[in-house]
Amino acid sequence: MRTAKTLAEKIIGEHTGNGSASSGEIVIVKVDYVFSHDASGPLLISNLDKFPSGSTISNEEKRRTIFFIDHAVPAPTKELANDQNIVRNYAINNGLVLSDAGNGICHQVMAEDYASPGNLIVGTDSHTCTAGGLCSFATGMGATDISVAMKLRKTWLRVPESIKIDVGGELGRGVFAKDLILKVLSILGTDGALYKSLEFCGSAIDDMDVYGRLTLTNMAVECGAKTGLVQSDSRTRKYLEENRRGEGWRELFPDESAGYETEISLDATELEPEVALPSSPDNVRPVSEIKDVKVNEVFIGSCTNTRIEDMRVVARILNGRQKAKGLKLIVTPSSRKVYLKCIEEGIVELLLSSGAIVTPPGCGVCFGALGGIPADGDVIFSSSNRNFPGRTGNPKAQTYLGSPATAAATAINGYVSDPREFL
Amino acid sequence: MPGRAWKLGDNISTDEITPGRYIGLRSNLSELAKYTLIDTRADFVKGAREGDFVVAGRNFGMGSSREHAPVVIKLCGIRAVLAKSFARIFYRNAINIGLPAIICDTFKISDGDTLELELSEGYILNQTTNVRIEFPRMSKTMEAILQEGGLIPYVEKKGDLLLA
Repeated sequence: MRTAKTLAEKIIGEHTGNGSASSGEIVIVKVDYVFSHDASGPLLISNLDKFPSGSTISNEEKRRTIFFIDHAVPAPTKELANDQNIVRNYAINNGLVLSDAGNGICHQVMAEDYASPGNLIVGTDSHTCTAGGLCSFATGMGATDISVAMKLRKTWLRVPESIKIDVGGELGRGVFAKDLILKVLSILGTDGALYKSLEFCGSAIDDMDVYGRLTLTNMAVECGAKTGLVQSDSRTRKYLEENRRGEGWRELFPDESAGYETEISLDATELEPEVALPSSPDNVRPVSEIKDVKVNEVFIGSCTNTRIEDMRVVARILNGRQKAKGLKLIVTPSSRKVYLKCIEEGIVELLLSSGAIVTPPGCGVCFGALGGIPADGDVIFSSSNRNFPGRTGNPKAQTYLGSPATAAATAINGYVSDPREFL
Repeated sequence: MPGRAWKLGDNISTDEITPGRYIGLRSNLSELAKYTLIDTRADFVKGAREGDFVVAGRNFGMGSSREHAPVVIKLCGIRAVLAKSFARIFYRNAINIGLPAIICDTFKISDGDTLELELSEGYILNQTTNVRIEFPRMSKTMEAILQEGGLIPYVEKKGDLLLA
């Protein structure tokens, strides 16, 4: 058995009880945090009620069990309001943590308030892997798996093989983590990392702050991966300290001779702003190759982006300019904290003056359950993670994906545009 | 009992299996099931019979973790989903609710073919073409979960979450 470990093997190994885990092994692991939300919570809670009585959890475990109301807030229909009450009441009645409507998207709040390096986190959302940007082994599962994890504080996993994504050089002007992960998707495709862990490293990752790392790991699942991971270093420490959680920091790196199934080397310096064309996130072209694509709606939001650093870039690009005539511009900060910071820094005022609709924090337009549903034939440019057919609520609309910067430039011009024009 | 093959392509996402715009029906699963694959295969819900099969290409069920995706497929009477490969979360979810998800060479199956599944024997007989398609066994734990009808009955029987 190999002794040098990948990040996935290290973190899983710390949760098996015997201190070991090698890729390919099937193991039972203890979980540190378990969460669900309003879109899957009612199904999960119906499962919890099936469990025999007697399986009670400790107060510490209750503090590590979180229900988010984020997918459709404020509730647009009575059915969703009722579903949200099922979740809200279950959390309150059982002494679990409730992150109520308006508090933010589960993955953003997990990053701000809970996830720490070395944690093992499972949640009923495919983008649970976002917390890998803070070096948590985090993965999405369905309602049944998560109901078992909530009750028994453990789950089973196949220890994944890892794919090393080594990114040298540095990101240029107008090029962000989103462009990098879209480039990775264009190489791996939507199933190129099926069941695997993506491990990001190299000088461009060393230089990347946590907000960008969270964008990379968020879209690991778009490559089919079980999770995405980034080392825990001084930037991780800085992020945790800024969120008053410095005590949760620890250094965590993969071992030097860890075994990777594949290695992909990229030079960040060569990257351009990248765009995923309809209707798959791996259908990627550099923005310079996309000519004359008229856009009807721009969505700047989702768990992929819209942290405060993203909002600052959007503000720098808009900078007093108006959105294109007839274009719908919808901006959804990812959490209450981000929203407050946007107000404090004058970003909300600037957005409103440019003609944007600024909505409360939540999943928003991304998956078609709330406002911002496109009309037949509309083209959306979105900073989110998926552009599958029908994703945003209308199968007769089409979605392009790109960075918040590219989205902001597109909102000004009314067609898919290179943000470097404004930076 | 033989059933009909409903053939789909590669990379069918959960947004296509049960679109997010029907989220308001998630606490009314039999109603939600009426919109299964509505944008991809509009004739599926009306045509599917008890014991039929969903047959797909690569990476079936990619995207979100919504367990509603295998749940509505099962509610449409589907006996098993066959695909060249499955997205990770969909695969776990299907087994966890007792819906067999079988990795096999679906190239040898056309839409409308009549199939017979021999789960414990490890093969599918395409009665239309008289071709036998073998498939590898799933992991022991997944096989045991499926045998119990899903993860919750499995955990109840074992009294804990244990590997098989």
